Amino acid sequence: MTEHFPVLILLVPLFGALIVVLLGKERPNQCWMTSLISLGISSIISLFTVVAVLADKFQTIRYRMGGWPESNGYEVGIELRVDILAALVVFAVTFVGFVNTIYSKTRAEAEVQDKVSFFYALIQLLIVGLCGIVMTNDAFNLYVLIEITSLTSYALIAMGNRRAALSSFNYVIMGTIGASFYLLGVGYLYIKTGTLNIDDIRMVLGNNNLWEHQSIIVAFIFIMLGVWTKMAFFPLHGWLPNAYAYAPSMTGTFMAPLMTKVMVYVMIRVMVWLFGNEFVYSGQHVWGELVIWMSVIAIVAGSLLALARTDIKKMLTYLIVAEVGYMVGGAWLGNVTGQAGAFYHILSDAAMTFCLFIAASIIVLRVGDSRVNAFDNLFRKMPLTMIGFTVGALSMIGLPPTCGFFSKWYLISGGIEAGQWEYVCALIFSSLVNAVIFFRIFERAYFGQITEVKEDFVPFDSDANPETAIKEVPWSMLFPLFIASGFVLLVGIMNRTLFEWIQTALKMVNT
Amino acid sequence: MDPIIATFIEDNIVPKFNYWIYVILMMIGLYAMITKNNLMKKLIGMAIFQTAIILFYVSIGVKDTAGIPIISHHGSEHHQGATVHSESGSSSEEVSPVKVKNNTIDKDKYANPLPHVLMLTAIVVGVSTLGLALAISQKIFKSFGTLEEDEILNKLRPGSQ
Amino acid sequence: MLSATKDFPDWRDKDSPANEGTVSSFYIEKTEDLTKVPNMVTAVLADFRGYDTMFETIVIFIAGIGIIAVLRNFDEPHSSSIQRENNDEGGGLLARFTCSLILPFIQIFSLYVVAHGHHSPGGGFQGGVMLGASYILLALAFGLSKAKERFSERRTMIFAAVGIFIYVGWGVLCLLFGEEFLDYSALNSILPGDAKMARSYSMLMVEIGVAFTVTAIMFSMYSNLSTRGRLSKGL
Repeated sequence: MTEHFPVLILLVPLFGALIVVLLGKERPNQCWMTSLISLGISSIISLFTVVAVLADKFQTIRYRMGGWPESNGYEVGIELRVDILAALVVFAVTFVGFVNTIYSKTRAEAEVQDKVSFFYALIQLLIVGLCGIVMTNDAFNLYVLIEITSLTSYALIAMGNRRAALSSFNYVIMGTIGASFYLLGVGYLYIKTGTLNIDDIRMVLGNNNLWEHQSIIVAFIFIMLGVWTKMAFFPLHGWLPNAYAYAPSMTGTFMAPLMTKVMVYVMIRVMVWLFGNEFVYSGQHVWGELVIWMSVIAIVAGSLLALARTDIKKMLTYLIVAEVGYMVGGAWLGNVTGQAGAFYHILSDAAMTFCLFIAASIIVLRVGDSRVNAFDNLFRKMPLTMIGFTVGALSMIGLPPTCGFFSKWYLISGGIEAGQWEYVCALIFSSLVNAVIFFRIFERAYFGQITEVKEDFVPFDSDANPETAIKEVPWSMLFPLFIASGFVLLVGIMNRTLFEWIQTALKMVNT
Repeated sequence: MDPIIATFIEDNIVPKFNYWIYVILMMIGLYAMITKNNLMKKLIGMAIFQTAIILFYVSIGVKDTAGIPIISHHGSEHHQGATVHSESGSSSEEVSPVKVKNNTIDKDKYANPLPHVLMLTAIVVGVSTLGLALAISQKIFKSFGTLEEDEILNKLRPGSQ
Repeated sequence: MLSATKDFPDWRDKDSPANEGTVSSFYIEKTEDLTKVPNMVTAVLADFRGYDTMFETIVIFIAGIGIIAVLRNFDEPHSSSIQRENNDEGGGLLARFTCSLILPFIQIFSLYVVAHGHHSPGGGFQGGVMLGASYILLALAFGLSKAKERFSERRTMIFAAVGIFIYVGWGVLCLLFGEEFLDYSALNSILPGDAKMARSYSMLMVEIGVAFTVTAIMFSMYSNLSTRGRLSKGL
């Protein structure tokens, strides 16, 4: 039975989405319950998958769709490939989805009115797409799954207000360019190799020594450009701030922690498994240095732009841009520490962003204001929420024992090992900027007073007096926040173990 | 100078003219998507771009002597005369005009089916994206009253925070 | 981009790696043998790369429900709705007459395309689009309200979901019989014929599922886009 786990992880939310659509819009509670159950089952199965891969001494699970055996050493069908890295990311994705569904119960009806069933269907299909991306071993299947996640995100964002619709349109344009570039790159590879399976492409490239061919280099550049657009790597990040900031609050918490990180995973997959370490890091191509400088600019720009914002959500989205810069730079450093650090950062950044976004949405909802003023005196009024926010903030700054500290530690040691001092400096700089940002917020939250009320203050419940209305939110919304902060701490405490697992998997790539 | 250009054209462009066409189409689509102001024109550019990629893929599978990728048994008797006639120019040495000789199938006679399959999927994805983008632009039009990007941004700017 | 074209095989080159490669050769040579389906494209689409096709169907499904989620406005225009329904005549007399003549043929032909996808160009997507187009033609000629009588919104959603259910459910059926997901040969115990015919029949079932979904979503997309989500008065 365990060999079917990868498929089951995908199938359960898929069925959940279909059932939700059939339930229709008249029964929002059942829709919520169905998605909760399906995502819960899916995360449990993915946890079992992690255990199964570990127990099997890190052997990857290979799952052939349709059961077609190889012919002359080439895969004929589509193959799923789950190693410890994929299993960890799948678990993170399904777990975040599950916890988010708990969070969305109270807000679903208010924000999307009578389209609740479609919302939950789209959410589950998004999770299906993300898990599929992580597990697949076929380049074209990857494209189809990227488009599934993109289409669900476009629709989910556009369900908001009018600014959200405009940002979604920009996202559509940029996202399609990115995905099409990826498709073009895959086409180039197919012309030269004749197969679409990731391992087989690597084999053919190695056998026929196609590394120096112009088309392979161009294919690599196109695939990279496509994936960078999708993960909002500076300067291709234009769609991210508006799209995530104006999205309805529940969709923001679903998408912000997951989409860009899974794209970083795709980038690492393509670099290490599709093209191979020798090709990417060999000295003949100057792009190593170039990409690291680009990531340095991304980190610095992201941090500075976040500093300049007064709107909480916009600020968080620029921090995401900076985090993506960390990961891209880490992956391109050229050593296993850097790659493993970047991968560890995928997990820790998912946790951090999740925690911060939930906290920010709760605060924005309660206070009715999304500017930094919202934080005035919040430690007294909403202490529990602020604790959750603080955990996420400390992780962004990089203080132990949160996971942010350890991921920065690994990335910095990878940078020192590779001799890329500009990268190390950028990381330290960004930690300082994050500290400034968040301590400013903490100062307001401790010492500020509510001096002015926004004109269109919309109270969360019937209490219209801003002084007393800002109290804690119901437990169903706080509970996910605590799980998220717990996740942040857990990933931090387990960092040694996780890092060793990741390093083992990366070293197992047969060159 | 002229012979150099001529050989360059003859070696690189003429046998591969299909690829040059697609690149030009893609550039047209990309230009429209990025520079045009009207949202509808951007969408049209997106459609052109995606169609160019689809054409690129399909052209990979074309072979000189190949027909459609469907193995046909029935047409062989009727078309015997025609196939013998068309075979005379081909480079294969088979004697029988039927595409299926005994139990093996000559793969030179059939176009590569894999790009066709991939592009069916890509066309469907493109149509879905276009439909969703049209719905979003309808919503934008309903909220803003215009589809020109600069007018929309102007409407947002004075009233925004 | 252009620099890479130097590298590419020539137009219509049959010796390029993509065409000579093992994967494509396998498809061409072994398809009929292994699946008894002469149309290689359908065989690759529905069997060898069936997993991809499943996701493709999901993509169309997402587009349909995404459009509804983005656009659909569920408020009923109370005041003149009944009057508007009566005035909604669609095209003129000529359009209605012509359509009532040719619509049955279009529908039968589209069902033929779905069913005959194994032997001629066709299959689920193509047939589904034509069937959806026939309903759109109905809406154009007779007015959206008439078409909605036949194919209401609830029904389109059910059709779409059922279509994907058929596809995924068929794959799960293979799982239950002990083989991998979407490995159709596992079903030869319940289907007539040997393992190879099981593949052929399963492909037909799967294509039918795809056709359901595509039809429903095509019509739903049209009705939502043309009425800006109100579903009250068509084009």
